[in-house]
Amino acid sequence: MSVDWYLVVSALVFAVGAIGVLTRRNPLVILLCLELMLNAANIALIAFARMWGNAEGQIFAIIVMVVAACEVCIGLGLVVAIFRRRLPIDVDEIRELHG
Amino acid sequence: MSEVLFFIAGIGAVCGAIGVVMVRNPFYAVLALVFHLLSLAALFLLLQAQFVAAAQVVVYAGAVMVLYVFVVAYVGGAEPPRLRAPVGRGQRAAAVVFGLALFVELAIAVLGSGLKAISTDGPTVGAGFGSPAQIGELLLTKFLLPFEVASFLLLIAAVGAVVLARRRGGIGEDAEAIAVTDFARPLNTGTMAEAVGRRSPGERVGITGGER
Repeated sequence: MSVDWYLVVSALVFAVGAIGVLTRRNPLVILLCLELMLNAANIALIAFARMWGNAEGQIFAIIVMVVAACEVCIGLGLVVAIFRRRLPIDVDEIRELHG
Repeated sequence: MSEVLFFIAGIGAVCGAIGVVMVRNPFYAVLALVFHLLSLAALFLLLQAQFVAAAQVVVYAGAVMVLYVFVVAYVGGAEPPRLRAPVGRGQRAAAVVFGLALFVELAIAVLGSGLKAISTDGPTVGAGFGSPAQIGELLLTKFLLPFEVASFLLLIAAVGAVVLARRRGGIGEDAEAIAVTDFARPLNTGTMAEAVGRRSPGERVGITGGER
Protein backbone atom coordinates (compact mmCIF):
# COMPACT_ATOMS: atom_id res chain seq x y z
CA MET A 1 0.00 0.00 0.00
CA SER A 2 1.23 3.46 -0.74
CA VAL A 3 2.14 5.73 2.13
CA ASP A 4 -0.76 8.15 1.79
CA TRP A 5 -3.28 5.49 2.83
CA TYR A 6 -1.49 5.15 6.15
CA LEU A 7 -1.52 8.92 6.56
CA VAL A 8 -5.27 9.00 5.96
CA VAL A 9 -5.77 6.34 8.64
CA SER A 10 -3.58 8.44 10.93
CA ALA A 11 -5.66 11.58 10.30
CA LEU A 12 -8.88 9.64 10.91
CA VAL A 13 -7.68 8.20 14.22
CA PHE A 14 -6.41 11.61 15.30
CA ALA A 15 -9.78 13.23 14.56
CA VAL A 16 -11.65 10.49 16.43
CA GLY A 17 -9.35 10.97 19.42
CA ALA A 18 -9.90 14.73 19.35
CA ILE A 19 -13.68 14.23 19.31
CA GLY A 20 -13.34 11.91 22.29
CA VAL A 21 -11.26 14.40 24.27
CA LEU A 22 -13.85 17.09 23.61
CA THR A 23 -16.99 15.09 24.35
CA ARG A 24 -16.21 12.61 27.13
CA ARG A 25 -16.27 13.65 30.77
CA ASN A 26 -14.55 10.75 32.50
CA PRO A 27 -10.83 11.56 32.92
CA LEU A 28 -9.95 7.90 32.35
CA VAL A 29 -11.62 7.94 28.94
CA ILE A 30 -10.04 11.30 28.14
CA LEU A 31 -6.64 9.72 28.81
CA LEU A 32 -7.57 6.85 26.48
CA CYS A 33 -8.47 9.34 23.77
CA LEU A 34 -5.14 11.12 24.28
CA GLU A 35 -3.49 7.76 23.67
CA LEU A 36 -5.43 7.52 20.41
CA MET A 37 -4.06 10.88 19.28
CA LEU A 38 -0.49 9.94 20.19
CA ASN A 39 -0.85 6.67 18.31
CA ALA A 40 -2.13 8.51 15.26
CA ALA A 41 1.06 10.56 15.35
CA ASN A 42 3.02 7.31 15.64
CA ILE A 43 1.45 5.89 12.47
CA ALA A 44 2.33 9.07 10.59
CA LEU A 45 5.92 9.00 11.88
CA ILE A 46 6.44 5.39 10.88
CA ALA A 47 4.78 5.90 7.50
CA PHE A 48 7.12 8.79 6.78
CA ALA A 49 10.07 6.73 7.96
CA ARG A 50 9.06 4.09 5.42
CA MET A 51 8.62 6.73 2.75
CA TRP A 52 12.16 8.00 3.20
CA GLY A 53 13.60 4.54 3.74
CA ASN A 54 15.20 5.83 6.92
CA ALA A 55 14.71 4.20 10.30
CA GLU A 56 15.27 7.38 12.28
CA GLY A 57 11.57 8.16 12.23
CA GLN A 58 10.97 4.93 14.13
CA ILE A 59 13.15 6.29 16.95
CA PHE A 60 10.75 9.22 17.14
CA ALA A 61 7.86 6.78 17.46
CA ILE A 62 9.60 4.94 20.29
CA ILE A 63 10.24 8.19 22.15
CA VAL A 64 6.57 9.10 21.69
CA MET A 65 5.64 5.74 23.24
CA VAL A 66 7.88 6.49 26.24
CA VAL A 67 6.27 9.90 26.72
CA ALA A 68 2.82 8.34 26.42
CA ALA A 69 3.69 5.79 29.11
CA CYS A 70 4.82 8.61 31.42
CA GLU A 71 1.65 10.55 30.73
CA VAL A 72 -0.51 7.52 31.51
CA CYS A 73 1.44 6.96 34.71
CA ILE A 74 0.89 10.51 35.97
CA GLY A 75 -2.69 10.70 34.71
CA LEU A 76 -3.73 7.49 36.42
CA GLY A 77 -1.98 8.65 39.59
CA LEU A 78 -4.09 11.80 39.48
CA VAL A 79 -7.27 9.78 38.93
CA VAL A 80 -6.45 7.57 41.91
CA ALA A 81 -5.72 10.66 44.05
CA ILE A 82 -9.06 12.18 43.01
CA PHE A 83 -10.83 8.95 43.91
CA ARG A 84 -9.14 8.83 47.32
CA ARG A 85 -10.42 12.31 48.07
CA ARG A 86 -13.98 11.13 47.36
CA LEU A 87 -14.28 13.70 44.62
CA PRO A 88 -16.43 12.95 41.58
CA ILE A 89 -14.54 11.41 38.68
CA ASP A 90 -15.79 14.00 36.25
CA VAL A 91 -13.84 16.73 34.55
CA ASP A 92 -16.79 19.09 34.68
CA GLU A 93 -16.87 18.90 38.47
CA ILE A 94 -13.14 19.22 39.03
CA ARG A 95 -12.36 22.67 37.80
CA GLU A 96 -10.83 24.39 40.78
CA LEU A 97 -7.22 24.26 41.79
CA HIS A 98 -8.01 24.13 45.46
CA GLY A 99 -5.52 22.39 47.71
CA MET B 1 -1.79 -9.46 -0.05
CA SER B 2 -0.51 -6.38 1.66
CA GLU B 3 -3.58 -4.43 0.49
CA VAL B 4 -5.91 -6.93 2.15
CA LEU B 5 -3.91 -6.87 5.36
CA PHE B 6 -3.80 -3.08 5.29
CA PHE B 7 -7.55 -2.76 4.97
CA ILE B 8 -8.22 -5.33 7.69
CA ALA B 9 -5.79 -3.65 10.09
CA GLY B 10 -6.81 -0.12 9.14
CA ILE B 11 -10.53 -0.78 9.57
CA GLY B 12 -9.74 -2.51 12.86
CA ALA B 13 -7.74 0.49 14.06
CA VAL B 14 -10.44 2.99 13.13
CA CYS B 15 -13.24 0.84 14.59
CA GLY B 16 -11.25 0.42 17.80
CA ALA B 17 -10.79 4.18 18.02
CA ILE B 18 -14.49 4.83 17.47
CA GLY B 19 -15.26 2.20 20.09
CA VAL B 20 -13.05 3.99 22.63
CA VAL B 21 -15.00 7.18 22.07
CA MET B 22 -18.51 5.74 21.85
CA VAL B 23 -18.65 3.04 24.53
CA ARG B 24 -20.06 4.25 27.83
CA ASN B 25 -18.37 1.78 30.16
CA PRO B 26 -14.67 2.71 30.63
CA PHE B 27 -13.74 -0.97 30.96
CA TYR B 28 -14.99 -1.74 27.46
CA ALA B 29 -13.29 1.44 26.26
CA VAL B 30 -9.98 0.03 27.51
CA LEU B 31 -10.64 -3.26 25.71
CA ALA B 32 -11.46 -1.35 22.52
CA LEU B 33 -8.16 0.49 22.88
CA VAL B 34 -6.33 -2.85 23.20
CA PHE B 35 -7.94 -3.96 19.93
CA HIS B 36 -6.95 -0.66 18.35
CA LEU B 37 -3.35 -1.06 19.51
CA LEU B 38 -3.10 -4.60 18.15
CA SER B 39 -4.42 -3.43 14.78
CA LEU B 40 -1.89 -0.63 14.88
CA ALA B 41 0.91 -3.13 15.50
CA ALA B 42 -0.19 -4.94 12.33
CA LEU B 43 0.02 -1.64 10.44
CA PHE B 44 3.52 -1.09 11.81
CA LEU B 45 4.52 -4.52 10.59
CA LEU B 46 3.21 -3.67 7.13
CA LEU B 47 5.44 -0.58 7.23
CA GLN B 48 8.46 -2.78 8.12
CA ALA B 49 8.81 -1.46 11.65
CA GLN B 50 9.19 -4.80 13.35
CA PHE B 51 10.75 -3.58 16.56
CA VAL B 52 8.21 -0.82 17.06
CA ALA B 53 5.40 -3.29 16.43
CA ALA B 54 6.78 -5.68 19.04
CA ALA B 55 7.25 -2.84 21.52
CA GLN B 56 3.71 -1.69 20.81
CA VAL B 57 2.30 -5.10 21.65
CA VAL B 58 4.47 -5.73 24.69
CA VAL B 59 4.64 -2.28 26.26
CA TYR B 60 1.39 -0.69 25.18
CA ALA B 61 -1.14 -3.44 24.74
CA GLY B 62 0.49 -5.39 27.55
CA ALA B 63 1.82 -3.24 30.36
CA VAL B 64 0.09 0.12 29.99
CA MET B 65 -3.30 -1.42 29.37
CA VAL B 66 -2.95 -3.63 32.45
CA LEU B 67 -2.36 -0.43 34.42
CA TYR B 68 -5.53 1.01 32.92
CA VAL B 69 -7.56 -2.08 33.74
CA PHE B 70 -6.35 -1.99 37.34
CA VAL B 71 -7.28 1.67 37.77
CA VAL B 72 -10.68 1.20 36.12
CA ALA B 73 -11.36 -1.73 38.42
CA TYR B 74 -10.25 0.33 41.43
CA VAL B 75 -12.09 3.52 40.61
CA GLY B 76 -15.22 1.79 39.41
CA GLY B 77 -16.65 1.21 36.02
CA ALA B 78 -19.60 3.01 34.60
CA GLU B 79 -20.09 6.74 34.55
CA PRO B 80 -22.38 7.89 37.32
CA PRO B 81 -25.88 8.96 36.38
CA ARG B 82 -26.05 12.61 35.68
CA LEU B 83 -27.25 14.61 38.66
CA ARG B 84 -27.55 17.80 36.72
CA ALA B 85 -28.03 18.78 33.14
CA PRO B 86 -25.38 17.34 30.85
CA VAL B 87 -22.91 19.57 29.14
CA GLY B 88 -25.32 20.00 26.31
CA ARG B 89 -26.00 18.68 22.91
CA GLY B 90 -24.41 21.78 21.49
CA GLN B 91 -20.95 20.92 22.70
CA ARG B 92 -21.18 17.38 21.38
CA ALA B 93 -22.29 18.52 17.95
CA ALA B 94 -19.63 21.19 17.91
CA ALA B 95 -16.99 18.62 18.84
CA VAL B 96 -18.05 16.31 16.02
CA VAL B 97 -17.97 19.19 13.54
CA PHE B 98 -14.55 20.19 14.86
CA GLY B 99 -13.25 16.64 14.52
CA LEU B 100 -14.50 16.28 10.96
CA ALA B 101 -12.98 19.64 10.06
CA LEU B 102 -9.71 18.49 11.61
CA PHE B 103 -9.76 15.29 9.56
CA VAL B 104 -10.45 17.15 6.32
CA GLU B 105 -7.73 19.65 7.11
CA LEU B 106 -5.18 16.98 7.92
CA ALA B 107 -6.07 15.01 4.81
CA ILE B 108 -5.70 18.11 2.64
CA ALA B 109 -2.42 18.99 4.33
CA VAL B 110 -1.01 15.50 3.85
CA LEU B 111 -2.33 14.60 0.42
CA GLY B 112 -1.94 18.07 -1.03
CA SER B 113 1.65 18.40 0.03
CA GLY B 114 4.33 18.59 -2.60
CA LEU B 115 5.93 15.33 -1.54
CA LYS B 116 6.38 13.29 -4.68
CA ALA B 117 7.01 10.01 -2.92
CA ILE B 118 3.85 10.12 -0.83
CA SER B 119 1.81 8.06 -3.27
CA THR B 120 4.47 5.40 -3.70
CA ASP B 121 5.32 2.42 -1.59
CA GLY B 122 8.59 3.99 -0.57
CA PRO B 123 12.02 2.81 -1.60
CA THR B 124 12.92 -0.84 -1.38
CA VAL B 125 14.71 -1.47 1.85
CA GLY B 126 16.67 -4.43 3.07
CA ALA B 127 15.44 -7.03 5.50
CA GLY B 128 17.30 -5.28 8.30
CA PHE B 129 15.15 -2.16 8.08
CA GLY B 130 13.49 -1.50 11.42
CA SER B 131 15.10 -4.53 13.01
CA PRO B 132 16.10 -4.45 16.68
CA ALA B 133 19.74 -4.29 15.61
CA GLN B 134 19.26 -1.15 13.57
CA ILE B 135 17.04 0.54 16.16
CA GLY B 136 19.45 -0.32 18.94
CA GLU B 137 22.41 0.98 16.99
CA LEU B 138 20.63 4.26 16.29
CA LEU B 139 19.51 4.61 19.91
CA LEU B 140 23.03 4.13 21.23
CA THR B 141 24.88 6.24 18.68
CA LYS B 142 22.97 9.04 17.04
CA PHE B 143 20.09 9.28 19.48
CA LEU B 144 21.94 8.62 22.72
CA LEU B 145 20.86 11.89 24.34
CA PRO B 146 17.12 11.39 23.66
CA PHE B 147 17.50 7.84 24.96
CA GLU B 148 19.00 9.01 28.26
CA VAL B 149 16.50 11.84 28.59
CA ALA B 150 13.68 9.35 28.05
CA SER B 151 15.04 7.14 30.80
CA PHE B 152 15.13 10.12 33.18
CA LEU B 153 11.59 11.01 32.15
CA LEU B 154 10.43 7.49 33.01
CA LEU B 155 12.13 7.69 36.40
CA ILE B 156 10.52 11.04 37.17
CA ALA B 157 7.11 9.76 36.07
CA ALA B 158 7.43 6.68 38.30
CA VAL B 159 8.36 8.82 41.32
CA GLY B 160 5.57 11.26 40.50
CA ALA B 161 2.96 8.51 40.28
CA VAL B 162 4.03 7.13 43.67
CA VAL B 163 3.88 10.60 45.23
CA LEU B 164 0.48 11.34 43.70
CA ALA B 165 -1.21 8.09 44.55
CA ARG B 166 0.18 7.47 48.01
CA ARG B 167 -2.15 7.25 50.98
CA ARG B 168 -2.12 10.54 52.83
CA GLY B 169 -4.25 13.11 54.52
CA GLY B 170 -5.02 16.41 52.97
CA ILE B 171 -3.93 19.80 54.16
CA GLY B 172 -5.07 20.34 57.75
CA GLU B 173 -5.45 16.66 58.49
CA ASP B 174 -2.65 14.96 60.29
CA ALA B 175 -0.39 13.67 57.60
CA GLU B 176 1.15 10.35 58.41
CA ALA B 177 4.85 10.87 58.10
CA ILE B 178 7.44 8.13 58.09
CA ALA B 179 10.85 8.94 59.45
CA VAL B 180 14.03 7.06 58.83
CA THR B 181 14.39 6.38 62.55
CA ASP B 182 11.21 4.30 62.48
CA PHE B 183 13.15 1.68 60.62
CA ALA B 184 16.24 1.85 62.82
CA ARG B 185 16.80 -1.25 64.93
CA PRO B 186 18.99 -1.88 67.93
CA LEU B 187 22.64 -2.30 67.33
CA ASN B 188 23.79 -5.57 65.80
CA THR B 189 20.25 -6.75 65.11
CA GLY B 190 20.16 -9.28 62.34
CA THR B 191 23.88 -9.92 62.38
CA MET B 192 25.87 -13.01 63.10
CA ALA B 193 26.83 -11.53 66.46
CA GLU B 194 23.20 -11.64 67.49
CA ALA B 195 22.86 -15.18 66.23
CA VAL B 196 25.59 -16.38 68.54
CA GLY B 197 24.10 -14.45 71.38
CA ARG B 198 26.45 -11.50 71.45
CA ARG B 199 24.40 -8.36 71.06
CA SER B 200 27.14 -5.82 71.41
CA PRO B 201 30.86 -6.09 72.07
CA GLY B 202 31.45 -7.18 75.62
CA GLU B 203 27.92 -8.30 76.34
CA ARG B 204 26.71 -11.89 76.30
CA VAL B 205 23.10 -12.81 76.23
CA GLY B 206 22.44 -16.40 76.89
CA ILE B 207 19.32 -17.89 75.39
CA THR B 208 18.97 -20.43 78.14
CA GLY B 209 20.25 -18.10 80.78
CA GLY B 210 22.99 -20.59 81.64
CA GLU B 211 25.44 -17.94 82.72
CA ARG B 212 23.94 -17.13 86.03
